[in-house]
Amino acid sequence: MGGITYQSGRAPHAKEHRVIFRNIDRAGWDTSIDTYRKEGGYEQLKKALGMERAAIIEEVKKSGLRGRGGAGFPCGVKWTFIPPNNTKPVYLICNGDESEPGTFKDRYILHQDPHQLIEGMAIACFAVGANLAYLYLREEFPEAARIVEKAIAEAHANGFLGKNIQGSGFDLEIYVHRGAGAYICGEETGLIESLEGKRPYPRIKPPFFPAAMGLYLCPTIVNNVETLCHVKHIIEMGGDEYAKTGTKNNTGTRILCVSGDVQKPGYFEVEVGKVTMGEVINDLCGGLRPGRKLRAVIPGGSSAKVLRADEIFTVGRGDDARKLTIWDIPMDFDTLAACGSMAGSGGVIVMDDSRSMSWVLNNLNNFYAHESCGQCTPCREGSLWMKKITDRLVAGKASPSDIDTLYGVAKNIDGRTICAFGEACSWPTESFVEKFRDELVADAKPSLESAIVNPETLTAAAGLCD
Amino acid sequence: MFTVPQDLEAEIDERITHYPVSKRSAVLPVLHHLQQHFGYLSEEAVEWTAAKLGLEPIKVLEVVTFYPGFRQEAPGKYHIRVCRTLSCAMAGSHELMDSLCEKAGIDRSGVTHHHPIAVSPDGKFSIEFAECLASCGFGPVCMVNDDFHEAVTDAEGLLKQYS
Ligand SMILES: Cc1cc2nc3c(=O)[nH]c(=O)nc-3n(C[C@H](O)[C@H](O)[C@H](O)COP(=O)(O)O)c2cc1C
Ligand code: SF4
Ligand code: FES
Repeated sequence: MGGITYQSGRAPHAKEHRVIFRNIDRAGWDTSIDTYRKEGGYEQLKKALGMERAAIIEEVKKSGLRGRGGAGFPCGVKWTFIPPNNTKPVYLICNGDESEPGTFKDRYILHQDPHQLIEGMAIACFAVGANLAYLYLREEFPEAARIVEKAIAEAHANGFLGKNIQGSGFDLEIYVHRGAGAYICGEETGLIESLEGKRPYPRIKPPFFPAAMGLYLCPTIVNNVETLCHVKHIIEMGGDEYAKTGTKNNTGTRILCVSGDVQKPGYFEVEVGKVTMGEVINDLCGGLRPGRKLRAVIPGGSSAKVLRADEIFTVGRGDDARKLTIWDIPMDFDTLAACGSMAGSGGVIVMDDSRSMSWVLNNLNNFYAHESCGQCTPCREGSLWMKKITDRLVAGKASPSDIDTLYGVAKNIDGRTICAFGEACSWPTESFVEKFRDELVADAKPSLESAIVNPETLTAAAGLCD
Repeated sequence: MFTVPQDLEAEIDERITHYPVSKRSAVLPVLHHLQQHFGYLSEEAVEWTAAKLGLEPIKVLEVVTFYPGFRQEAPGKYHIRVCRTLSCAMAGSHELMDSLCEKAGIDRSGVTHHHPIAVSPDGKFSIEFAECLASCGFGPVCMVNDDFHEAVTDAEGLLKQYS
């Protein structure tokens, strides 16, 4: 391992509140079960095994924990979606695909604190009645796969996995399943198809809500790595106590991953809603690069709509309505949604005034064109058209009206697809055009506008489309 | 002749037991094992996997052709994946790609969507772009076989580690 993935002894920032990342980069910490147990590891699993299943779910509901994988859906509520009269086996899948651009948090848990995840998964499995669970890991984490498999073997040897765990009568096997480099495997139903050995074509919802019809068409709970780690701490603290951290409806802590044009990019665990975007950029990350001004921020992974540095956001309603600059935005689910974007996966991408917005958008469009699974026509064709248009734009071969075409293509994807990749791929284009239209148009060439109607240049224009 | 060594087959057989409900679920892990051993997935590897799991070969081939992580062409001894996506691009990953190619003598002009990998003339290095490798704060990021490298600025130094 080594390198920046493991910086032993690096102290957290004073504004951090570390729960999930308590052991990350800690001097003297390692991934062995002995180290983990010396500090109370697996005690919460033992505690949970002595509780009623419904009581565990109730604590998770009370905690207000919202999913950390992207959608922010309440975790305890999701768990209750398993049909009450279910007679089929129930499965749990931990989503360790970590592939949303800008997101780099689960990797540290997997590499440095695998037992925390295993304990969280085991508690969740007990609560929802799953005896078989998979950890879906992106293929580009081979080291993590080895580390977690070793930890699973240790947990087995110590009676925390396998048959009759700690004499409770509860059986559980956890297996690691490695993907193969496709972003769409992060989408939960695409993930399930992949785990069934197929192309990861997402399934349509309804009816294929995983909690009702997931893996092998049985009830399946899919949660993110970070989400499942929180479950352990909810059992330890109790749901009510946990809910006191963070802010109302945005409880607990979460890991923000900051990349781009800041002095000290990195990962920071903070109480949800207790730090602002300004604190993230200026305090946690040491500010912008010298002499630079903030241009834009993508606040929750590449699919989140971009925020422009000089926007004024109105959040709250009626008497609670207030105006915020980008610097004042508290980093929580509800405020970022009210600002027209989302907290998503916690990946914050900062761009200063040295960046061309056409270039940034083009980079993202290339990503989505590459990663569309191809099932739905609007997404498959649209993502490629958007890429082709911005490819032309950065090559100085787009006309100003191409920007309208670009926007029109994006608007025709959103809401017309099987899975949320449709929104993920169209939101960057929609928001960049809405907020940086002048700049995109300035990169276009008015002289190319007439090319379409002039037969002589038509052939040349067609050549530009490849 | 395509032969799977006994110990590899034993490992594969053990993996398959991780999927008690459906053997088909083992397609990805079996392919990973074969690709790790042979460097890429040949037609024989696809047929072997299909026979092993009791599937039509097309059910395996469709998986191989979908996932960017599976290769149908032999890579170099050291296969490099450079992150192409936004944060790394801002940190200079495209420049890193250029200098790695220059230093390793790799010509990427023949690269297309369906043939993303370019190999050096001596077969020692191969290279391709990958999408976000989940270490965006510490770009430019790349992988060499299973090794992960962050904040790579010295292309020559990186290649030297693999000679
Ligand atoms: C295109 C797409 C990609 C996604 N990628 C990931 C991912 O890499 N990791 C993840 O945990 N969730 C990802 N999700 C969200 C999952 O579908 C799912 O909502 C999540 O794993 C549920 O866990 P949570 O409730 O704990 O957040 C993605 C969703 C979409 C639409
Ligand atoms: S929206 Fe895109 S990624 Fe999702 S199922 Fe349709 S084509 Fe596939
Ligand atoms: S953008 Fe390169 S690792 Fe995420």
